[in-house]
Amino acid sequence: MDLALAPETLARWQFGITTVYHFLFVPLTISLAALTAGLQTAWVRSGKEKYLKATKFWGKLFLINIAMGVVTGIVQEFQFGMNWSDYSRFVGDVFGAPLAFEALIAFFFESTFIGLWIFGWDKLPQKIHLVCIWMVSIGTILSAYFILAANSWMQHPVGYRINEAKGRAELTDFWLVLTQNTALTQVFHTLAAAFLTGGAFMVGIAAFHLARKKHIPVMKTSLRLGLVTVVIAGMLTAISGDLLGKVMFKQQPMKMAAAEALWDGEAPAPFSVFAYGDVDKGHNKVAIEIPGLLSFLANDDFDSYVPGINDVNKAEQEKYGPGDYRPNIPVAYWGFRWMIGFGMTSFAIGLVGLWLTRKKFLLPQQLRVGDDEVPHLVLLPKKALGPTLTKWYWRIAVLTLGFPLIASSWGWIFTEMGRQPWVVYGVLRTEDAVSPGVSQGEILTSMIVFTTLYAILAVVEVKLLTKYIKAGPPELTEADLNPPTKIGGDPRDADKPMAFSY
Amino acid sequence: MELHDVWFVLIAVLWIGYFFLEGFDFGVGVLTKLLARNRPEKRVLINTIGPVWDGNEVWLLSAGGATFAAFPEWYATLFSGFYLPLLLILVCLIVRGVAFEYRVKRPEENWQRNWETAIFWTSLLPAFLWGVAFANIVRGVKIDRDFEYVGTLADLLNPYALLGGLVTLTLFTFHGAVFVGLKTVGDIRERARQLALRVGAVSAGLALLFLLWTQIEKGDGVSLVAAVVAVAALVTALVAVRAGREGWAFALSGVTIVAAVAMLFLTLFPNVMPSSLNEEWSLTVTNASSSPYTLKIMTWCAAIATPVVMLYQGWTYWVFRKRIGTQHLAESAH
Repeated sequence: MDLALAPETLARWQFGITTVYHFLFVPLTISLAALTAGLQTAWVRSGKEKYLKATKFWGKLFLINIAMGVVTGIVQEFQFGMNWSDYSRFVGDVFGAPLAFEALIAFFFESTFIGLWIFGWDKLPQKIHLVCIWMVSIGTILSAYFILAANSWMQHPVGYRINEAKGRAELTDFWLVLTQNTALTQVFHTLAAAFLTGGAFMVGIAAFHLARKKHIPVMKTSLRLGLVTVVIAGMLTAISGDLLGKVMFKQQPMKMAAAEALWDGEAPAPFSVFAYGDVDKGHNKVAIEIPGLLSFLANDDFDSYVPGINDVNKAEQEKYGPGDYRPNIPVAYWGFRWMIGFGMTSFAIGLVGLWLTRKKFLLPQQLRVGDDEVPHLVLLPKKALGPTLTKWYWRIAVLTLGFPLIASSWGWIFTEMGRQPWVVYGVLRTEDAVSPGVSQGEILTSMIVFTTLYAILAVVEVKLLTKYIKAGPPELTEADLNPPTKIGGDPRDADKPMAFSY
Repeated sequence: MELHDVWFVLIAVLWIGYFFLEGFDFGVGVLTKLLARNRPEKRVLINTIGPVWDGNEVWLLSAGGATFAAFPEWYATLFSGFYLPLLLILVCLIVRGVAFEYRVKRPEENWQRNWETAIFWTSLLPAFLWGVAFANIVRGVKIDRDFEYVGTLADLLNPYALLGGLVTLTLFTFHGAVFVGLKTVGDIRERARQLALRVGAVSAGLALLFLLWTQIEKGDGVSLVAAVVAVAALVTALVAVRAGREGWAFALSGVTIVAAVAMLFLTLFPNVMPSSLNEEWSLTVTNASSSPYTLKIMTWCAAIATPVVMLYQGWTYWVFRKRIGTQHLAESAH
């Protein structure tokens, strides 16, 4: 059979397309739920209208986004059975449990409380309504935790044994699956990156309005919240990424050697800035390197030995039998660089922004502005940026809202493709995981259907987001400012319209 | 009762929960074309399920996830075997979820009409297809010695399965109409009642035929009791609708769904997916289930989580207990 259209290849493409697409919505959902909840908390505590306006504005964008996250997540739940039935049979005993936990605990939480939050403005007392958005936020985080624990088991299987008679892996220690260092660092890294994404999204959109001098009080608050989020989350993303890298150097040396295009082991090993390799011959043609840095990243020691692709390949051949255990090296190498590059660029832009828009007490008298004025961008201690540079900072800030999304997409492509040829590292090969009973035509059909549908929905989604972003925060109504005191709504007027209806 | 039997019951409970809850919201989706006379009425219908449809749908995800964890072989055979119908269901659920959320986000009439058409079809098709799928599961399909489905798409569209699809479609539509009677005020409430009588009568006839067919082919004493309860509840529900007792009618249409799905699971046990080629190749609660350790952990999770879920989902229905009519629709379209 033509390899390009082999069921394994098609199933992998489909998984890649649907998962990367799904994950465009996930980090925004996780972070915007929490940020919206934070803004609503500020409204409930302070009673300042700008917080309520901000809650409504970001809440709307959050809802447009979570709708896509939820529906594309349904596919994720079922495609293991559809395209990867041999995988499901082999690992279901272990892998199914965190998935079921996710559905029973996290999905119910998210989906039930989101309904209460959307329709609850005039049905729930203020504080109970606030609790609902926090519940949604907790649901998104729990969901991330369980699914990442499941993925971590594929990266580094623990707490199981192989039942030869039944030909499958069986769970022996669920607690270990949930708490192994791979899972904890992956959760840390993914959540940090999620908040970097949401923070950059806020910064970009707030910059768009501030550059046009519109909706200033709400957007100034949003800008600051976004910038602080970007800077804290950006630092945490870097720290957790370093931790995860060290874990991976131990657990999957091949992935990290591929990430560096380090063909042969070296001590000390350099960090590659740019390389162009010849995969078939097993070496790089061009390489720009920083000496010793890779050794440090792997082992906290500038002189230590780091094994190369050829070494690990040989070791795995001895351990698992003849074969090629190398992943796609250019994808791993460039995926790793784009992940770090785009992620850290948005962090840098946030850091600069946080300094430029620093609080009043750090500014001289003449550069301070009132609550309804666009802040000056102040680079030097006493001098604001000129109009051209100011315009450029806002432009770059708008642009950066997409950077973390690109970074996390490449992060997933890197970590999943870097594990190949394994689907469960060291235990099950990807080629042995596909559904034997599903025909080429069926997979091709579903791939075309999902890709077309997802492309159409992407256009619809982006257009809707743009419309609501441009519209800015809504005007508050009488009902917004007078929340009900009773659960189910005040019985004042039986024919009063709902605060929100579909 | 061993753990895998407990899990057979729990999977049945999750599917029953799904069909009870999403059953009426699929029904309401179908009614947007059958019952609503104008666009404000369509909006009223959609808003009767607005705050709850998403939570209802999670029962499906839980049934799927729990099947993966407790019966990996069942999950693998079912979803790879019923590939194309399942693909269609997934596409419907994707479009349907987006449709509810996005329809109101633009004021243009065309935009809203398109999403309304989408809501109708994406409610109707899964309501029909789930019946087809379950009828096939109960009756048995071509499964080989490796637990792989070796039949074709056409094999799944046999008369018995198509009848099963019509039963779920009409039953859910009836359940939805009864729900609308319970949740609306004004003219639409009265018309929902009249439509419920007609749809319910058709559904009763089809359900009787289908359950009888199932009972003759696969049934035993216990399944007969469940089938009788289902049909009796449906007939009593019709009487309650006629008498204008909306609360009772909804409870009884719910009992019908519970009893009918329970009947299917009773005829299935101890198989989970019987093979029509060779009885030895059937997937059973024993050969398709996970290890006792996994089942034990899952039992703890389900025993704690499911009652809590029912509690807060029940609370949601109480929060949104007020009936709605066209006068209650929010003015702005978005």
